[in-house]
Amino acid sequence: MATKAKVETSSPDEAFRKEVRTFLSENFPPELKGKGNALASVEGPGHETEAQKNWRQAMGSRGWGTPTWPAEYGGGGLNRKQAAILNEEMAKAGAYNPIGGMGVMMFGPTLLEYGNEAQKKEHIPPICRGEIRWCQGYSEPNAGSDLANLQTFAEDKGDHYVVNGQKTWTSGGQWADKCFCLVRTDKSDKHRGISFLLMDMDAPGVEVRPIQMISGMSPFCETFFTDVKVPKENLVGEEGQGWTIGKRLLQHERTNLSGGGSMARRGGSNLADLAKKYMETDADGRLSDKVMRDRIADFEIRWSAFLLTARRAAEESKASGGVSEISSVLKKLGTKLGQERAEMSIEIMGLQGLGWEGEGFTEAELAGVRGWLFGKATTIYGGSTEIQNNIISKRVLGMLDHQ
Amino acid sequence: MAVLNEEQEMLRDMAREWSTNESPVAEFRKVRASGAPEAFNPDAYKAMAEMGWTGVIIPEEHGGSDFGWMSVGLIVEELGKTLTASPLIASTLAASAIILGGSDKQKAEWLPRIASGELIATLAIDEGPHHNPANIATSVSGGKVSGTKAFVHEAHAADLFVVAATDGLYLVENGDRVSLSTRKLTDQRSHAEVTFDGAVADKLEGGGDDLLDHVLDRARIITACEMLGMAQRVFDTTLDYLKQRVQFNQVLASFQALQHRMADLFGELATMRSAVEGGLMALDAGFRVPEAACIAKARASDVLHLISREGVQLHGGMGMTDEYDIGLYLKRARILEASWGTSSYLRNRFANLSGY
Repeated sequence: MATKAKVETSSPDEAFRKEVRTFLSENFPPELKGKGNALASVEGPGHETEAQKNWRQAMGSRGWGTPTWPAEYGGGGLNRKQAAILNEEMAKAGAYNPIGGMGVMMFGPTLLEYGNEAQKKEHIPPICRGEIRWCQGYSEPNAGSDLANLQTFAEDKGDHYVVNGQKTWTSGGQWADKCFCLVRTDKSDKHRGISFLLMDMDAPGVEVRPIQMISGMSPFCETFFTDVKVPKENLVGEEGQGWTIGKRLLQHERTNLSGGGSMARRGGSNLADLAKKYMETDADGRLSDKVMRDRIADFEIRWSAFLLTARRAAEESKASGGVSEISSVLKKLGTKLGQERAEMSIEIMGLQGLGWEGEGFTEAELAGVRGWLFGKATTIYGGSTEIQNNIISKRVLGMLDHQ
Repeated sequence: MAVLNEEQEMLRDMAREWSTNESPVAEFRKVRASGAPEAFNPDAYKAMAEMGWTGVIIPEEHGGSDFGWMSVGLIVEELGKTLTASPLIASTLAASAIILGGSDKQKAEWLPRIASGELIATLAIDEGPHHNPANIATSVSGGKVSGTKAFVHEAHAADLFVVAATDGLYLVENGDRVSLSTRKLTDQRSHAEVTFDGAVADKLEGGGDDLLDHVLDRARIITACEMLGMAQRVFDTTLDYLKQRVQFNQVLASFQALQHRMADLFGELATMRSAVEGGLMALDAGFRVPEAACIAKARASDVLHLISREGVQLHGGMGMTDEYDIGLYLKRARILEASWGTSSYLRNRFANLSGY
């Protein structure tokens, strides 16, 4: 539960806070205040301005974009308290974290757990500096929800593998430098035949084709591997351990995809403000459409209950030192509410909220439309809602399949 | 489950143990069979008082423990799980009105007796079948109250009523010029129409213009705690049933259509618990209580409604028998959903509070 008492701050923490403030005042370019991390956008990296680059390099050299990762691999080496102070001070200064992407969210934590010393030394520092973009080679045309059915084959050639196959839904594949991949090293065992392999996206035989989505964007790609040579040093863990490592990585992914964290920071859902702007109000400033008003209140209440649940899951996990069982519901609830919010926004704006491009629409309106369409992915990727339901019913509720 | 302090964990464990061993649903069935209009076991209430439950929100100087709303919420949730009938909620809410609005003299007169369990008190607010505190006709003139209150919870055993009148809240003792007419509702607990015909009324002068709203917010949150206990028990019972019942040579729990429905209910229940506990935390912190009360009770009503319907459906025909407990929860659920504001009432209030 929430504690009212303020934790007393000891002087080393105060000294650290001063250090952060000095660093921010010296390094954070004022023109980036309140901006987000454009490089982490689903629309791709775009052009990095000089200010953005300086900021990325400043944070990267301190390791503060990955504050709690070990300093020996380029992380910040901060404890949780210091990381919280860093966050607070960045928020106060309106500064964003310029280090992000799949390397930070998924691959880095997994490699720190399962990688060998040489792999950690090679791959973690460039992630901390924001220099290398990673993509995820998991799904295949016939391995979506049934991920373990993947067929991309890595043939053992002594000191290297030769990889053939096709991956799909490779997020950011067209911009990525490297790919962490699940490949098959043994065709006789579905789960234990899978290995976790690191690949260079510019290696001969790798071809990437962006897929145009209903949003008009191409955030996902098809990735083809034709006789790609991969040195054996790029195998993470043992041969056949890929399913275990791969699932661990998905846990990091799910935590990030529930949306609770980032949405919670943004506060309320803002549907009411949107409705006051786009719909009629009466003399008291209340929405004239009482049915829509009721639906907004209903959404706001459920949204608040979700945010409280995300917070409760975090507090329970912290208190118990394990993962709270309600964490399993966050991804499915958060993504569903996010989609519902997008649908309601469009409805509230009327046809003004369905602009595709060109004149007559604000940037925010057009972005909203693309966001609504892109958001359809959220209940499908990272383990679809149906897969989440399988996980909840079997692992949490103990409802076993036909015996 | 909220992260609790040691004191709260002890209280919860004690409440869980007591309700499991001393007050299972079978005890409610006995109360029901007795036909007594007050519809609770006085010995059980005495036991609760001895454990200190009747004084959890009452200051120590007035004989309570002042453990706070989270603590009383934990107890009420456990009692909700076993459908324990008692005037604990009613008395706690009446006490909260006195704490918020009473003079020192009124507090000293009534709170110690509520804390000790010797006196039972209840709220008498609404005057029709719908919660509508904006439309009160009961009035007080020359210290005498006249009016009729509908569906008053725990009225039969009440020694003291907290009565909403046109100009505020009043304390009215049960006695002369107070008459009760039983209203047997589906939960078969104590509800009555209470008529005040010039009974002596003592005003709660403190607490400001919003005193009634503050009391109602507490009613919403603490009622939601009982609903949380009920929803949790219906969910757990239904899950157990699905794991035992065999059809087509398979336990029902192995059918994906049912697995996914239970996964959905599990998610809804998780958000209900967060909303209800959020209400208790808001009360203890004194922060944004009106909004938190809307969130807690609206979520509690919607989720308990859903889970109580699904609970009956997933039990099949057995769920419709009186022998199975599940129907008892259904019948109590609707009473609580309608009390102190349905979810549509609370959505309207939430929108008003949020200014849209």
